[in-house]
Amino acid sequence: MLKYIISLALILSTIWLLFSGHWSHPVLLPLGATSVALTVYLAYRMQILDREGHPVHLIIPVIRYLPWLLKEVVKANLIVAGHIVRGRKSLSPGICRLTTTQKTDVGRIFLANSITLTPGTVTIYVRENEVWFYALTEELEQGVLGGEMDRRVTQLEGEQ
Amino acid sequence: MSLMLDVLSGFLLLSGSVLLIISGFGLLRFPDFYSRIQAAGMTDTLCMILIMLGLMLQADSLEVGAKILFTLVFLFFTAPAASHALTKTARQSKLRPWQSDKGGESSKS
Repeated sequence: MLKYIISLALILSTIWLLFSGHWSHPVLLPLGATSVALTVYLAYRMQILDREGHPVHLIIPVIRYLPWLLKEVVKANLIVAGHIVRGRKSLSPGICRLTTTQKTDVGRIFLANSITLTPGTVTIYVRENEVWFYALTEELEQGVLGGEMDRRVTQLEGEQ
Repeated sequence: MSLMLDVLSGFLLLSGSVLLIISGFGLLRFPDFYSRIQAAGMTDTLCMILIMLGLMLQADSLEVGAKILFTLVFLFFTAPAASHALTKTARQSKLRPWQSDKGGESSKS
């Protein structure tokens, strides 16, 4: 519990300092500290300071996952841009199903968001162990069905 | 150094704008609702990232850069939620995706 309190206070203070820009103001700085303390206390009272509400253990895995996701986003963007130039004849849309292996809700959200973030594929339904998605072409569809994204998200979620 | 930053930021802004125009054309050219969302998804992802990065290089203080970075992160997390909500609603109202083998005339309206 102490781990979550300290990390939330640190994150909130950094955000407050960055947003306000007052690094040494005699009145505003204590007020900011008070608001951070109040927010942490409220979160503690609401009992949302736990593994699910404040997933600090995911920060390092997510930072390791993001470069790969960005690479995929750039690739998919260029593919969709090519299809826009070539027109509707190059499209072969379809809706299909992917069996997923995530164990937690956070992992499922990560997978669904990653599928939607790569242009050309959009998640439609998310279930316990399957995801329905729309794909613009068969090539993009195979890219998701290949399962590399699913594997990487499961790995991300498994790291502690 | 400042010239290099300007050139880099100009390059990022320009490539973002070109992609933005392409995705705008895609919004008009694509045949149905589902595929148009994909074209709009381009603006949510790569265009947004390129333009925000270009603006971040132009920021004159740490605070402005941090605010642009937070805008980028929030857009990165909320844009897929919006596209997902639209697609799911369309699917639940039984909208069928356009199929190329039908000749493409059926879903013209």
